[in-house]
Amino acid sequence: MSTHELAPATTPVLTPPPPGRAPTWAAAFGAVYAAQLARTRTVRVPLLFVAAFQSVGILVLLRVVGGTSGDVSGAQVVAGSSVLVVAFIGLNLLAQRFGALKANGGLDYYAALPVPPSVVVLATASSYATFAVPGTVVTAVAGVLMYDLPWAPLALLPIVVVVAGASLAGVGAAIGLLASRPEIATVTGQLGMSAVIFLDLVPAHRLPAVVQVLRAVVPSTYAADALTGAFAHHPDGWLITRDLGVCVAVAVVALAVAAWAFGKAARR
Amino acid sequence: MTTTATPCFAVRGLVRSFPGRTGKNPSPAVVATDGVDLTIAQGQVYGLLGPNGAGKTSLVRQLIGLLTPDAGTVALFGHDVTGRPDLVSRQVAYLAQTEPALEELSVRAAVDTTGRLRGLPRSESRQATARLVDELGLGPIADRSLTKLSGGQRRLAGVATALIGDRPVLVLDEPTTGLDPEARRAVWDALHRRRAQGATIVLVTHNVLEAETVLDRVAVLDRGRVIADDTPGRLKALVSDEVRLDLVWRHDPPLDDPTVAMLAVHATVTGNRWSTRLDAAEARDALGRLTGGAAFAALDDFTLATPSLEDVYLTLGGAARDLERA
Repeated sequence: MSTHELAPATTPVLTPPPPGRAPTWAAAFGAVYAAQLARTRTVRVPLLFVAAFQSVGILVLLRVVGGTSGDVSGAQVVAGSSVLVVAFIGLNLLAQRFGALKANGGLDYYAALPVPPSVVVLATASSYATFAVPGTVVTAVAGVLMYDLPWAPLALLPIVVVVAGASLAGVGAAIGLLASRPEIATVTGQLGMSAVIFLDLVPAHRLPAVVQVLRAVVPSTYAADALTGAFAHHPDGWLITRDLGVCVAVAVVALAVAAWAFGKAARR
Repeated sequence: MTTTATPCFAVRGLVRSFPGRTGKNPSPAVVATDGVDLTIAQGQVYGLLGPNGAGKTSLVRQLIGLLTPDAGTVALFGHDVTGRPDLVSRQVAYLAQTEPALEELSVRAAVDTTGRLRGLPRSESRQATARLVDELGLGPIADRSLTKLSGGQRRLAGVATALIGDRPVLVLDEPTTGLDPEARRAVWDALHRRRAQGATIVLVTHNVLEAETVLDRVAVLDRGRVIADDTPGRLKALVSDEVRLDLVWRHDPPLDDPTVAMLAVHATVTGNRWSTRLDAAEARDALGRLTGGAAFAALDDFTLATPSLEDVYLTLGGAARDLERA
């Protein structure tokens, strides 16, 4: 044996370490949700301004030019504009966020932690839906004041925000995670926004048949219709429930697709 | 007596390539890992050294299941984890080259969030965060947003996110890139402490000093292949009969000087720096002639050094273009 060679090493018996801890579903949800909310600490006011500005702008525009004449009701405009805030944040911004995370490797962070993709998607979508609450409230209150609508139907607003937020954020997350490039996620999110502006504000029977089909597959229209229905003199509870139910169903499917896409995108 | 323990990582025949582009600007397929075999024992600080593009990051992403290999297997403590990050996440803490998912959070929130996502209860995570902030000297920047920090400060915060939760395996992709010497030393000290507690550490680096300072064993990668795998000391012994002579020229080197002309034939040139590996006696002789002759006036600096891992790398046929010395 050469003097340079090391003597056979004596090593202790090493058994594999036990698996480390993993958070409960609720703890993981809470941590991701809180982190996403904390991210917006510095942009909350600008975000509220931008999100509410376009919706309030639509309210003012249609009020000034008389866009609510005929059978386009003020309730439809107020409901559509309120849901638009949710679409801007839940659909558009979330599509951009997930598109960027996928492109720059940000999904690795979550994928390397003992956290299921569904938790990350659901908690992020929930936090984005939460960002939409102030802008939605501002828009709805402004709309009620401008269009002389009753206040009582706004009691439905929290439910509308939750179900519209879940469905639109689910769709936004799926777009961001399925898009091959972040630019495509951004453009798709913005096209979705444009569709929401048009389809949520115009009643279905005023649209050409082919566009009515498109309206039927955009989840935000059901949320807008539910809120519009609440402003009716005699609200149809079954119709409102059905519309909200469609939003819930879309949310479940979209979030499931987004969770699957997350797992796929994180393990290439 | 030698006791055989289950290795931390056992990598066999790992192959992964990325398809090239077609169309207007076609590019060929890239082989990121090309038949990699590695065994990383428990409790080791194991390094992956190589220049940019050598395949280090692709290899570690396969180690932790984030990248699925085209062929081959990765076992963590005897369990095949190929393409299964869910199996790895309870054992391994991973630090990627960048952490964009956390960017708008404060340092403290980023570390605390990661702790909670590794299963620490809220109060325990908060306490562990405070300890790490203290250990790595992050106190003055703990409540600042990561987006408002320098690259080095962000990196240090990233190291803290990797350390929270005390995972038995740490896979760190260039943890000290951009750090100042003090912060780098703090990271090395923290890693030594984890190793003393039994952690296995896989460290990706292209910093030769780091490789020589903290690693128990190192694999040198070049174009997706492992071209050497041993302790830094044994690898350096491969070229122990040589020394490295570095010359830095003030201006154009005087090639009419016979010694300079002789060195020019063998030198690796990087700007004004020539790096030459010579037999020890030959180097002593060349340096004597240079410092005693007219060429000395053209010299700005010179260094005679024992072999480094960079020299090993060059000897084995790699391109040292992107290896850092400090």
